[in-house]
Amino acid sequence: MTKAISVSGLHKSFGRTHALDGLDLEVETGEVHGFLGPNGAGKSTTIRVLLGLLHPDSGAAQVLGHDPWRDAVEVHRRIAYVPGDVTLWRNLSGGEVIDLYGRLRGGLDAGRRAELIERFELDPTKKGRTYSKGNRQKVALVAAFASDVDLLILDEPTSGLDPLMEEVFQRCVEEERERGRTVLLSSHILSEVEELCDRVSIIRKGQTVESGSLAELRHLTRTSVSAELVGAPNGLAHLPGVHDLDVQGKRVRLQVDTDKLDAVLRQLSESGVRSLTSTPPTLEELFLRHYQEEAPKDAEVASR
Amino acid sequence: MTAASFAVRTGGSRQLAGTATLLRFALRRDRVMIPVWVAVDALMVLSMPNTLKSLYGTQAQRDDLLHQMTTNSSLRALVGPVFDDSLGALTAWRVGVYAGALAAVMSLLVVVRHTRDEEESGRQELVSSGMVGRRAPLTAGLLAAAVANGVLALLVAAGMASHGGAGAVAFGLGIAGVGMVFATMTAIVAQLTESARLARGLTAAVLGAAFVLRAAGDSATDGGTSQAFGTGGGSSLLTWLSPIGWLENLRPYAGERWWVLLLFAAAALLQGMIAYELAGRRDLGMSFLPTRPGPASGRLGTADALAWRLQRGGVLGWSVGFFLAGVVYGGLTDGAADLVGDNENAREIFERMGGKSGITDSFLASMVGMLGLVAALYIVASVLRLHGEETSGRAEPLLANAVGRMRWAAGHLTVAFGGSALIMLLAGLGFAAGYGKQVGPVMGACLVQVAAVWVIGGVAVLLYGVAPRLAPAAWGVAGAVLLIGWVGPALDVPQAVLDISPFGHLPKLPGGSMQWAPVLVLLGVAVVLTAAGLVGVRRRDMTT
Repeated sequence: MTKAISVSGLHKSFGRTHALDGLDLEVETGEVHGFLGPNGAGKSTTIRVLLGLLHPDSGAAQVLGHDPWRDAVEVHRRIAYVPGDVTLWRNLSGGEVIDLYGRLRGGLDAGRRAELIERFELDPTKKGRTYSKGNRQKVALVAAFASDVDLLILDEPTSGLDPLMEEVFQRCVEEERERGRTVLLSSHILSEVEELCDRVSIIRKGQTVESGSLAELRHLTRTSVSAELVGAPNGLAHLPGVHDLDVQGKRVRLQVDTDKLDAVLRQLSESGVRSLTSTPPTLEELFLRHYQEEAPKDAEVASR
Repeated sequence: MTAASFAVRTGGSRQLAGTATLLRFALRRDRVMIPVWVAVDALMVLSMPNTLKSLYGTQAQRDDLLHQMTTNSSLRALVGPVFDDSLGALTAWRVGVYAGALAAVMSLLVVVRHTRDEEESGRQELVSSGMVGRRAPLTAGLLAAAVANGVLALLVAAGMASHGGAGAVAFGLGIAGVGMVFATMTAIVAQLTESARLARGLTAAVLGAAFVLRAAGDSATDGGTSQAFGTGGGSSLLTWLSPIGWLENLRPYAGERWWVLLLFAAAALLQGMIAYELAGRRDLGMSFLPTRPGPASGRLGTADALAWRLQRGGVLGWSVGFFLAGVVYGGLTDGAADLVGDNENAREIFERMGGKSGITDSFLASMVGMLGLVAALYIVASVLRLHGEETSGRAEPLLANAVGRMRWAAGHLTVAFGGSALIMLLAGLGFAAGYGKQVGPVMGACLVQVAAVWVIGGVAVLLYGVAPRLAPAAWGVAGAVLLIGWVGPALDVPQAVLDISPFGHLPKLPGGSMQWAPVLVLLGVAVVLTAAGLVGVRRRDMTT
């Protein structure tokens, strides 16, 4: 199976700003891929390169097997894009814009269009200027989900949607996956990513810092353990991968690198375990760890 | 309504909070636009006395002019009546109407820019969430216009003072007065429409109507010209219905009627009060003319269709305007030619503009040339729609569809280049309807202009494609060409300067012989510029 998106060593500078600094990204056909990173990390720049709107300084990008700059139109026929901030023409109604976008892609499924308008509770007769932010977003989403395309590129698509609509959006993405379509989803809403994405890529400062399934990424981070023991614990402090150890009598709280969990559990059971809670890392912790600057990370290494 | 709810409805207290900050901010944003407008308007006025001195140097020539103006209604419609024969009075006669109209356009743009434009773009919402009173943005917009008009009045008064202090002050204040009447009128219209574009269009239509009323009034009576010379008559009522007419009724340099200034002040005050009342009673971003809903599904299916849909209103407006201008100028042709024919120097000016082949042909050629220059503004506006679509963020999702950049640009450029040919064609039809003779040659003359218009269009495409940040400079190019074309012949500037403008290379038609070489060269230049611009569009990053 070919990759839907394949990007390697992408560089792009705007004057002295290095927006992309050797970015890599692989998206398999048929998966929902989360694209994460702090503000200014280069997510939107990457997406614009994928859409052929920006020409990279160096590096290779392939979208649906084509060069997105050279074969822009050919590629776009099979892509639906939703920007994070949709701007509409003030004198065109939402329905007109949906139909226009559909025709400018591979075509529009009329039945699905009607169904989506219903589900998103969108009034397609209003003019562009009179829509609220959330409703402008819905116009672009309906146009994208109703289009007959292979790849959806969604750049923070749910900004401005209410929780109910967020729910509708998630169902729609799942339906897209069931139909075998590929979705690249850039988002800051972590529950959304956790719910929807098969794999995620995390970028920072124009570089990919982590890429893989959520399970794989979790493996790279820490699990919180809190236990009540029969006897006083010992030897925990010397185990590799243990952090923030807090011993109060027979109660223990600690964080451990997930791949070192086994040794910790064995050590604990030597003292006899009365109760044990182990919390897998939340996505938030995962992101915070990656989003933060180099400095704290270096400090951690030094403290080991 | 209780007192409390009334206070809420009209915005509560401190409605002007933040005005000073907003005014500073507005002037900072307009630090290029306002000085350019003021300078162009003042320059147009202050360059005139010298020109007129060379045109009407002797008393005999001036007597002749005055005599003609009392008898020739067509020319009066064009430039207004002459009230006295001093250089100051002749200057006020020759450029007063146009200087006032320019001040009006400047004021219109400034006020819309700082009121409805801000609301429509959503920027006002954030600004108004600060310590900004409900009526502060409107006040700041009007004050910015007042500053611009005030400086203009000062420049005109100072520059014209050597021809007589009282006249200079009256002339400067009169021009600024027209500006402020239209500034406050714009303030009202900006409360009525939800769209800044519509607000500008409606106010421009009012300005056009004021222009026509003044022209009709001046053409109907001699505006008192003969009275000044002892033969009776007075200004037509119609000129009193038009703010532009008030400027000539103020009579700068011809026994100033100072009380007319009160008319300007009263109108500006009244309109300002209405605008204030409306501004205090409506919600942010809303308008008194509601927006109608559109269709639930649309037929637009291509980028070309979208470009046409977005620009068709503009094309329609320009078409109507050019057709009417053709009818009006065509209708004036016979009368105007009679008058100019008797003045050696005036004839020379028309000949420089329109060629040496009989005064009727020269007049026609000059008017056709003027419309060609104005068409350059159309093509710049139309080409720069690409820029507007790109910077507003609408182009990005559009180009993420199966629409090539070339296809997208081609749609708008077809409207720009085709539209400019269309409006010149309609101007030709207008001349045919208004003048009725020489239909073929005049039509040909109109179409020849298109070659030069397209060169300006090509410059706009090049700027947009290669240096998108400089794209608005295309307005400067069109403005410079307009200035060279309008003021150049009267000032007798060197040929080298006239040659900068593509319009200077066109054959003088009708009357002159058709020369294909320069026209083909211009078309070639237009093609090269456009192609180079399109290569830029294809190669560069889209700005977002």
